[in-house]
Amino acid sequence: MTRTAHRTGRPMQVAALGATALLTLGACSSSDDSSSAKPDGSASSASAPGKLSGTVTVFAAASLKESFTALGEEFEKAHPGTKVTFSFGGSDSLAASITGGAPADVFASASPKTMKIVTDAGDASGTPATFVRNQLEIATLPGNPDKVSTLKDLTGSKLKVVLCDRTVPCGAAAQKALDAAGLKLTPVSYEQDVKAALTKVELKEADAALVYKTDVRAAGDKVEGVEFPESAEAVNDYPIVRLKDARNADAAKAFIALVRSAEGQKVLTGAGFLRP
Amino acid sequence: MTPLDETGAAADGEGGHEADALQDGPRGRRARIRTRGAPLPLLVPALVGVAFLTVPLVALLVRAPWRSLPGLLTSAQVWEALRLSLVCATAATAVSLVVGVPLAWLLARVEFPGRGLVRALVTLPLVLPPVVGGVALLMALGRNGIVGTWLDSSFGVTLPFTTAGVVVAEAFVAMPFLVISVEGTLRAADPRYEEAAATLGASRFTAFRRVTLPLIAPGIAAGAVLAWARALGEFGATITFAGNFPGRTQTMPLAVYLALQSDPEAAIALSLVLLAVSVAVLAGLRDRWMTAR
Repeated sequence: MTRTAHRTGRPMQVAALGATALLTLGACSSSDDSSSAKPDGSASSASAPGKLSGTVTVFAAASLKESFTALGEEFEKAHPGTKVTFSFGGSDSLAASITGGAPADVFASASPKTMKIVTDAGDASGTPATFVRNQLEIATLPGNPDKVSTLKDLTGSKLKVVLCDRTVPCGAAAQKALDAAGLKLTPVSYEQDVKAALTKVELKEADAALVYKTDVRAAGDKVEGVEFPESAEAVNDYPIVRLKDARNADAAKAFIALVRSAEGQKVLTGAGFLRP
Repeated sequence: MTPLDETGAAADGEGGHEADALQDGPRGRRARIRTRGAPLPLLVPALVGVAFLTVPLVALLVRAPWRSLPGLLTSAQVWEALRLSLVCATAATAVSLVVGVPLAWLLARVEFPGRGLVRALVTLPLVLPPVVGGVALLMALGRNGIVGTWLDSSFGVTLPFTTAGVVVAEAFVAMPFLVISVEGTLRAADPRYEEAAATLGASRFTAFRRVTLPLIAPGIAAGAVLAWARALGEFGATITFAGNFPGRTQTMPLAVYLALQSDPEAAIALSLVLLAVSVAVLAGLRDRWMTAR
């Protein structure tokens, strides 16, 4: 009797395992998109400088999402036939995937420390250039119902505060600012990147988060920003570099040039970044 | 133990030669018997499949920082994460058992309109990306969620950022494994035993408790182990719904992910622990409930 039970139970378990396997595969395939969209323009653009084509793959810190997306559109418009694809995420996990061989042309990181992982691994072509700087701000709920006005207000109160994990640049910056202020803050969570931290406030699950000024601005009226003087102690430099294994080196150079141009800087400062 | 069993089974048809087969190298003999029957067009892709699934795990072993491993594994944060993982996965399994077994019984034994739909819905988390599950949980049970608001105002309970939140996230993704497994077992079990119990005067609940449960115990155990293993590996829903705080909501998979950001060696070391636990669980499961014979 129990024997029969085993037998028919098994296909269900196998189906369950199969479903998990499929899920895993599905999750993997999405990250392969960039490799399947191979830039094919490097050869043609080398022979005819000025005429760019193909795909530029840009790995950029999560905090650059809005401004880089805008710059990518501008780039595509200026160079018809090109396509800019982005992978936004925590700088460290991007750096890890680059050193692990992810196909990327440009890397823009939220901290020199993360950039160093890539340059140390010999994956960068040339010296990284700082193109913007970013400052922290306190993101609170709209209307600031908890009357947060200083960094100290976040400590020791009943407020639910989220920080970025210390392993990612926004977390390191937050720690630096807290140290500069001589404050100890126990958050409810250390989030994996700045957007995740901000989201917890946008969803009203947390009362406040220490995020970049640019993220507060990008979130519009879903959060309110509170500036604090200690943020000056923890300004992040954002370096950008072309990668050695870039498949579309010319277009990569052109994209970096756009980011560093007056036009690019206008977009970036408009998003709340500081000039380097 | 398993290889010996299989040799026995393979040599079964050859009666008296069984002892010989065992003596002149059971492995070689078994391989010969099996490969002769496997056509190349099946064997090659099958081997590719095996390689595809095992090479990444082997790579983990090859790249493991064996020398610094003891130091990495004895750090307080690793133990905290491992302890939390084990506690939460077990709690999630307990929750799944309490709710999931009756649910499976309902799906297997009671005819009601929309049963197919209900079955599809309860197994949905099985195929749903876990992050989506996490977002859904936030919308439902978050401080601002449709149920969470009420939980907060009536009981002062908020689940995000708490260990209970981890258990909820893990139970959400793990329970369908249990339900599916138990329902399958129930469908295979003969309902006449329950009917016989009923004619002898047992109430339906007593029949369930005294007859059905012991009958389907192996299915429940298999489902519970699957759910436990799934809960142990849960990442997406947990980090989305419960956040990440060492000792409170940072389970092993979260610790692995965040360690990878700054210290890949530590991430590999942590991964090895999870791998070892998973292998142990599956090995136990295979021997007891899933052996193909």
